[in-house]
Amino acid sequence: MQAYFPLFTAIPLAMAFINLLVTKVNKKVTDFLAFLAMISLASMAIMMLFESPFSYQLGGWAPPIGILLVSDGLSSVMLVIINVIGLLSMIYSMKYMTTYTAKPKFYTLFLLMIAGMNGVVITGDMFNLYVFLEIASIASYALVGFGCEKNELEASFKYLILGGVASTVVLFGIAFLYSMTGTLNMPDLAVKIPEIGHNHAMGFVMALFIMGFGLKASSVPFHAWLPDAHPSAPAPISAMLSGVLIKALGIYSIARIMFNIFGSDTMVSSILMFLGALSMLVGVFLAVGQHDFKRMLAYHSISQMGYVMMGLGLGLNPNVPPALAALALFGGLFHMVNHAVFKSCLFLCAGSFEYRTGTKDKTEMGGLIRRMPFTSATCSIASLSISGVPPFNGFWSKLIIIVAFMKAGYTIYGILAILVAFMTMISFIRLQMNVIFGKLPEKFEKIKEAPFAMVLPLVILAILCLALGIFYPLVDQNLIEAAKDALLDKAQYISFLGR
Amino acid sequence: MILYFLTLVLFVMGLYCLVAKKNIIKKIIGIVITEYSINLFLVLVGWRKGGIAPILLKGMQKSEIVEKGVDPLPQALVLTSIVIGLGVLALMVSICLRLYEKYKTFDMSEINRLRG
Repeated sequence: MQAYFPLFTAIPLAMAFINLLVTKVNKKVTDFLAFLAMISLASMAIMMLFESPFSYQLGGWAPPIGILLVSDGLSSVMLVIINVIGLLSMIYSMKYMTTYTAKPKFYTLFLLMIAGMNGVVITGDMFNLYVFLEIASIASYALVGFGCEKNELEASFKYLILGGVASTVVLFGIAFLYSMTGTLNMPDLAVKIPEIGHNHAMGFVMALFIMGFGLKASSVPFHAWLPDAHPSAPAPISAMLSGVLIKALGIYSIARIMFNIFGSDTMVSSILMFLGALSMLVGVFLAVGQHDFKRMLAYHSISQMGYVMMGLGLGLNPNVPPALAALALFGGLFHMVNHAVFKSCLFLCAGSFEYRTGTKDKTEMGGLIRRMPFTSATCSIASLSISGVPPFNGFWSKLIIIVAFMKAGYTIYGILAILVAFMTMISFIRLQMNVIFGKLPEKFEKIKEAPFAMVLPLVILAILCLALGIFYPLVDQNLIEAAKDALLDKAQYISFLGR
Repeated sequence: MILYFLTLVLFVMGLYCLVAKKNIIKKIIGIVITEYSINLFLVLVGWRKGGIAPILLKGMQKSEIVEKGVDPLPQALVLTSIVIGLGVLALMVSICLRLYEKYKTFDMSEINRLRG
């Protein structure tokens, strides 16, 4: 398995362009080609879970000169999220994307986005991270504007401008870091930065990274693009953007850089906790008043990312007992995995409802459980999961984060987290009442259940919601534990240098 | 030192252009200016006074390169970042053209169907 590690970026990159070439001759094979790429990626990602941590030297050049690919607990969890949700979104888009033209081009952009995200999570080189970040971002800008109507183009342009600023700022930070340390290799940086120690320049670099990656993760002062961009994209892309992209580009990068490279720091910790709490509150308050189904979900993404940020923030704090910091980090990472599952399920459900009813306004829908039982049931399960009802997965992760904050003495943050959980629940109960239950409008009497290719991913995601909650001690414990240890164990990360 | 300061000025000018201007073409120019300022900064990182190209020519001592050679890595980085910048620019301009087709204006304050 180790020798095939670079295939995680090579397969989607190659297939993206092979797909375009082949479909010049035969348009029908495009589904098959994309499915082939995604199923091989997803199975490889699941096999990676059983590998112990290792590093791969690209071209055989020893670090710190050559580029390093790193596989540890966190990378493998992220690879599973990206590729499994990518596979399900791809299956969903086989049917859904027939309403758009130019399906092969859609798959090309989709695979490029997957390649970029896989690259970001496996790379061990700062500049390489920037390049893959840009590949994923450029593909996602184009995918947001895929419909080419007024709204889509406007959202895409806004996203492009803000995303462009984020990339520039990240590059600025990387250039600054290089000028101070003379290396771009991430494990090597982890060795050299403590030697330099904390000075103003280092603080500036951290600020640049928090701003740049915070923009990609859409934490609150930088969130303006997300509520426009995510609803405007086609449904499978909304699921990928909200479920995976903001985590792979934003949260993962912040976690990797702050934990493994800079190490724990009081100031960064309090900034992350504050931004997290702010995102949580602002996101949920803005979500309550929304009529548009997908727009509401987008605001909830901001709010749920707040929980993850808060967990990471407390995990970085050197002043709390290590056990509590580890617990908070565990909760944050667990919530990240759970959010990927239930939020992509919700966005795909919104897409299915839109596919059959032709509207995104939730006040116009109603009683859909009588006509679309599978979609409605999965939507219900995901809603219960996001609002934190036991035994669904969202409950456990929120509980762990709240307990960690209460025990660490940050009572206000803990209370805020509980309040936001309540608000989320209210908002989703209203959604259920509007869309799934209640009176069926006359114009929707004739609608049918969504096609099989669209129902199957929903059912799988709903089962995952339940399974991650019930089999929590069996599955997640080991999975997330490994990711958490990878972040907290700086010595292990440095050992990837191979000295 | 003054050179570093000037790149910072260029960066701030680009950001100002991005924030204050309403015309989307001017916004794009703002983004491009910020990108160029970062590229200049990267070049400055590798720059040294009286530096020579880090290539071992015939009859040259290795110590000469160690003494005078410039750091080749930032130049490679700048090259990559210029190419990426070109990709982003092409996408920005094409979206901008499509926006003009739909809205018949380049004014961002009139392109406001989404509120967010």
